Amino acid sequence: MAKELIRLKDARMDFDGETILDNINLYINDKEFLTLLGPSGCGKTTTLRIIGGFLVPTSGDVIFDGVRINDVPPHKRQVNTVFQKYALFPHLNVYENVAFGLKIPKTGEDGKKIRLSKDEIDSRVREMLEVVSLKGFEHRSVTSLSGGQQQRVAIARALVNRPKVLLLDEPLGALDLRLRKDMQQELRRIQQEMGITFIYVTHDQEEALSMSDTVVVMDRGRIQQIGTPEDIYNEPKNAFVADFIGESNIVDGIMRDDCVVEIFNRKFKCLDKGFQKDEAVDVVIRPEDVDIVPEAEGQLKGTVTQVTFKGMQYDIIVDFYGFKWLIQTTDFCPVDSKIGIKIDPDGFHIMKKSEYSGMFGDYSSYSEEYDEISDAESEEEE
Amino acid sequence: MNGERRRTAAVLAPYTVWAAIFIVVPLFFVAYYAFTDNSFNFTFDNITRFFTATSQVTNDAGVTSEVRTYLVIFWRSLKLAVISTALCLLLGYPLAYIMSRAGARAQKIMMILIMIPMWMNFLIRTYAWMTILQDTGILNGFLTSIGLKPLHIIGTESAVIVGMVYDYFPYMVLPIYSILAKLDTKLIEAAHDLGCNSIQVLQKVILPLSVPGILNGITMVLIPSISTFYISQKLGSGRFFLIGDAIEGQYVANNLHFAAAMAFILMIILLAAMALLKYLTSRPRFKTVKGAAK
Repeated sequence: MAKELIRLKDARMDFDGETILDNINLYINDKEFLTLLGPSGCGKTTTLRIIGGFLVPTSGDVIFDGVRINDVPPHKRQVNTVFQKYALFPHLNVYENVAFGLKIPKTGEDGKKIRLSKDEIDSRVREMLEVVSLKGFEHRSVTSLSGGQQQRVAIARALVNRPKVLLLDEPLGALDLRLRKDMQQELRRIQQEMGITFIYVTHDQEEALSMSDTVVVMDRGRIQQIGTPEDIYNEPKNAFVADFIGESNIVDGIMRDDCVVEIFNRKFKCLDKGFQKDEAVDVVIRPEDVDIVPEAEGQLKGTVTQVTFKGMQYDIIVDFYGFKWLIQTTDFCPVDSKIGIKIDPDGFHIMKKSEYSGMFGDYSSYSEEYDEISDAESEEEE
Repeated sequence: MNGERRRTAAVLAPYTVWAAIFIVVPLFFVAYYAFTDNSFNFTFDNITRFFTATSQVTNDAGVTSEVRTYLVIFWRSLKLAVISTALCLLLGYPLAYIMSRAGARAQKIMMILIMIPMWMNFLIRTYAWMTILQDTGILNGFLTSIGLKPLHIIGTESAVIVGMVYDYFPYMVLPIYSILAKLDTKLIEAAHDLGCNSIQVLQKVILPLSVPGILNGITMVLIPSISTFYISQKLGSGRFFLIGDAIEGQYVANNLHFAAAMAFILMIILLAAMALLKYLTSRPRFKTVKGAAK
C-alpha cells in the first residue's frame, strides 16, 4: 500500500505581485517517481524549491510525513537536491564532493550530534560511486569531468545521504540526446534499487512519460492534470495537456449523444460518455490514430499541403476544410494529393471546454511551431 | 618563427616596449645602484650596511642599548604592515561578502562609497586623520561631549595603523568582492541542501573558494603598507621611523646607492614572502584520501 509522504496544501507563491503558484494541491507517495512537467515559467521549479526548503510559500502548507515543515530550513529536511547545472564544489575532488554531506554532523532525534566514522563515510562514498558507475574517479577534479560524469557525481552526492526524497531539477537538460536516454534508464534503475521517492522537474514530455509513475502537468502556476503517463497521454484533461504531451489535432466538436461526437458537421462514433446533449467540446485526435484511405472511402477528405520525412514515418499536414491536421503515416502521400481518412472510435478523445480551447491543435503554422519548441528547449529555465 | 607568432609579437610590441621601459629598466637601475658605490664600482657594502649598521637607542626606562638600526626599522615596518593587513582582512571580508549578496543597486552604492576616498589625494586623507585623531581633535571632542575620557592616539602605533587601514582598505575589499560576486549561489544552496548551517557553508564552501581573492587582497595591502612612509611621519608624529621613511630619507640625503640597496632588499623579501604565502595556501588541490584505490 502506497503511503503518503509529502503533501502541498493550497500552496501559493507570490513574487513581486505576480502569482507564480496558484494554490497547488498535490500529494506524493513514498517511493514514487513523480514528475512535474510544464513549459518555462509554469511553476514547476518553484514547487520543487518549496519542497526543498529554498522557498517558503506565501500561503498554504507543506506537510512531510504528517508534519508541517514550511519553516524548516533545507539543511534540516530529509530531502536532497540534484541541481540543474549540478552545482558541484569546484575546490573538492569527486570523492570529497560525494563525502561532503556525510562529513557534516547531524542532529539526531534525541538532540545529540551524530558524527559518522571515517570508515563509515568511506564505505558509503565508495558504494555510491559504484552505484553511479564512477569507480576509479575518486581523485579526479570535478571540473575535468564530462557533463554526464558531473551529473553522476551530483546524483551520488545527494543520494549518499540516504534522503527520503530526492529532488531533481532538470538534471539531464545539459546532456546530449544519447546520453540523456542512457541517464533516464539509469535514474529509473537507481530509484527502484534504492527505493527513494524521486521528484523530477522537466519540460521534456518524453522524459516525463518514460520515467515516471505519476506525471503532474503544470501551466501558469496551476496543476492541469495529475495521472499516470498513460492517463496523461490517452485522456488529456484539456487542450493544454493534449498539446503539450505529444502531438495533437484539436478541433471543436459537439457531443450529440453518448458516444457520438460531431466534427466538421459529421457524426463520428467515439467511446466517451457523460457529457450533456449538444455540449460543445474539444476533440483530440492524435496524429498516429488517423488511417489514410483512398479519397472515396474517407470519412473526411483533405489535401496534403506539406510532407516531412522523419525516418520512422512521414509527418504530413493535411488541409480539411481550412483546418490543418498533422498526420503520421508510413505511406508516402505527395503534396497536393487528395486523401481520405478514417478514425476508429478509440481515436477520439473528448475534453470539456477550458481556458485553453482554441489556442492549440491547429497545424497551419507547423514549421514555425516546431522552431518555437526547439527554442524553448535550449532556453534557460526560469 | 612562423607567420602567426611573428604577427602576435608585432601586436604585442608596444606593450613589450612599455614593459621594458617602465618595469625592467627601473628594476635594473635599482639593482645597479644597490650594488655600486658612489663612483659606480661594484660593491656589497650597501647590502651589508643594511644588515650590520648599529645605533644607540634609549628606552623609556633610560637604559641605552645598541641595536641593528635597519633591522629594527624593518621589523617595526613589518609588524605594523601585518597588523594593518590583518585588520583590513577582518573588516574587509565581511563587507565584501555583504556587498556581493546585496541587491544590484545597493552593490553599486557601496562600491562608490568605497571608491570615493580613493579619488582624494593621499596627503589630504592623512591630514584629515590628523585632525580627527589629535588630542584636541574631532574624536576626542566627541568622546568628551558624551562624557568619556579623551584618548591619546596621535603619535602612537595605533594612529599609524588606523591611517594605513583606512588608506589600503579598498585594495582588500575589491579583490575579495570580485571573487565573491562571481560565486555561484547554487553552490551555497547545494551546501545547505547537504546539511550545512550558515556557518558551515562559510567554512566549507565560501571561504575556500575565496582564497584567491584573499591572497590578492593581502598582496595589494601588505606590499604598499610595508613600504609606506608618509602616514608614519604624520600620524605617528615622526616617532615611528619605518623602512619607507628610511628609504625616502636616504634619497632626500642624496644617498642613492644605499636607498636603492634597501629598496632592493625589501623587494626580495616581499617576493619571497608572497611566494611562500602562495605555496602555503595552494594546498595539494586533489589530495589523496587515505586508503584510496590507486
